[in-house]
Amino acid sequence: MTQTSRLANPTPVQDDTGKPSGVHGHARWVRISHWIMTVSVFVLVFSGFEILMVHPRLYWGIAGNDLTPALLELPISRNYKHRGFDTPRPFFEKAGGPVSASRTYEIFNQNGWGRSLHFLAAWLLVLPGVVYLLAGVFGGHFRRHIWPRLRELAPHLVWRDVVGHLRLRVPPAGVGPQYGLLQKISYSFVIFVAAPLMILTGLTMSPAVTSAFPILLQLFGGYQSARTIHFFTSAALVLFVIAHVVMVVKSGFRRQIRAMTLGE
Amino acid sequence: MKNTGLVTRRGAILAGLATVGGIAVARRFPKILPPTCGNVLRAGDSFTYGMQRALLGQSLVREYSLADLTSFPATGTTDPGANVKPELAELSGSYRRLRDGAFADWRLSVEGSVARPRAFSLADLKQFPPRTQITRHTCEEGWTAIGQWTGVPLSAVLDVVGVLPAARFVVFYSYDDWVDSIDMLDAMHPQTILAYGMNGRALPQQHGAPVRLRVERQIGYKSMKYLARIVVTDKFDDGGMKGNIQNGWSWYNGI
Repeated sequence: MTQTSRLANPTPVQDDTGKPSGVHGHARWVRISHWIMTVSVFVLVFSGFEILMVHPRLYWGIAGNDLTPALLELPISRNYKHRGFDTPRPFFEKAGGPVSASRTYEIFNQNGWGRSLHFLAAWLLVLPGVVYLLAGVFGGHFRRHIWPRLRELAPHLVWRDVVGHLRLRVPPAGVGPQYGLLQKISYSFVIFVAAPLMILTGLTMSPAVTSAFPILLQLFGGYQSARTIHFFTSAALVLFVIAHVVMVVKSGFRRQIRAMTLGE
Repeated sequence: MKNTGLVTRRGAILAGLATVGGIAVARRFPKILPPTCGNVLRAGDSFTYGMQRALLGQSLVREYSLADLTSFPATGTTDPGANVKPELAELSGSYRRLRDGAFADWRLSVEGSVARPRAFSLADLKQFPPRTQITRHTCEEGWTAIGQWTGVPLSAVLDVVGVLPAARFVVFYSYDDWVDSIDMLDAMHPQTILAYGMNGRALPQQHGAPVRLRVERQIGYKSMKYLARIVVTDKFDDGGMKGNIQNGWSWYNGI
């Protein structure tokens, strides 16, 4: 199969199932990894929100805590702006230097199970995720179905698809590939940008991992920057999931769920 | 990959690499894991512990400069002498008496699986060549703070008492009645220190006076404050109701 023939006529391309793509449903490994990662993402969002509730303040840089200014505070638990500390004592003579204060307030903290659940779900994402990435790269799934072709990225084509989506005029899509243009762009964003960013910023918050790979701290500008990026990327992923589910509903919920489960 | 049913060269190479990688990881996986008692959450933590031990070496955490020092909240116990629980009255009273005497009578007993058990005074610990490190304290809650710690590497103390070859874990007991342990790899890590100084002064009470542990490659709560006793053991000890696991917290927290 040469490059030109595939570009000129995408429909009759053979892929790993041996059937012409565009006719068949999702490959089995796509279906299995999709549902495992669905469970994992749901649990990660749930436990991640609990973890954020414990310290709903975001910072930029290496360090940040209740005694330093926040970039952003989220009103999502009773820990929001609790200010439950005794009188700060300076460490040094110099005014305006670092201080210490003891906490006098019983904070909300369910991180005992929250963190363990988060990391358990992270393994559930990473292990099938690695298989998915390897299979997607080596099996040609990404190249054929996910990665948008340069030709497709012409401004008028992108614009047409954006307008179509904004009017919620969803074409009666087949089940499985081929995907629409915005679909390819958003899947590419999730697989190649957001998911790796979530994993890498997550690992940057691990003292053991960053002792072995300090480059992660340099890459994201410190622990707290990584935590802030982790939060905003997760928010983007939640928006993706909402849009994804809306599109599944609009394009035939039963048919799509069946296609992603049974592959027909 | 064509679905011909034949073993392709690429498939064989990938399978081979996966097998070799799997064996390499399995060989480095710790032989003793904390008990999970069928708890799925704790099993996940044990898997993380095993994978980090198998995949990461004995590297140092990043150290910062004096200009990076930040304010530092004191959380958890900030005064073991003020513990009102009746069962802790004796421990609390001992801490008050030691504090009133500027910790001159404080002794850190190092016992268990060691050749020469011994109790160290604060002055004894200060006889060792000190180590000062400016590191990031990473709390499980999500906040971080940079502090300068001065103390004696735990490995130096363990060398003096002579750890027996069968020893696998080091257990710490504190004046706020907590029991926690670390494995030998963390215990012998150059940045694992018994800290008696913070930011150039004696360790303040709210940060664990007279001596606290610093385990820099784990989350903050592993750096136990108000040390009272150290026991080297051959077997894993979860500390019962005074330890992390039975209180619903992960024993290993390098993440």
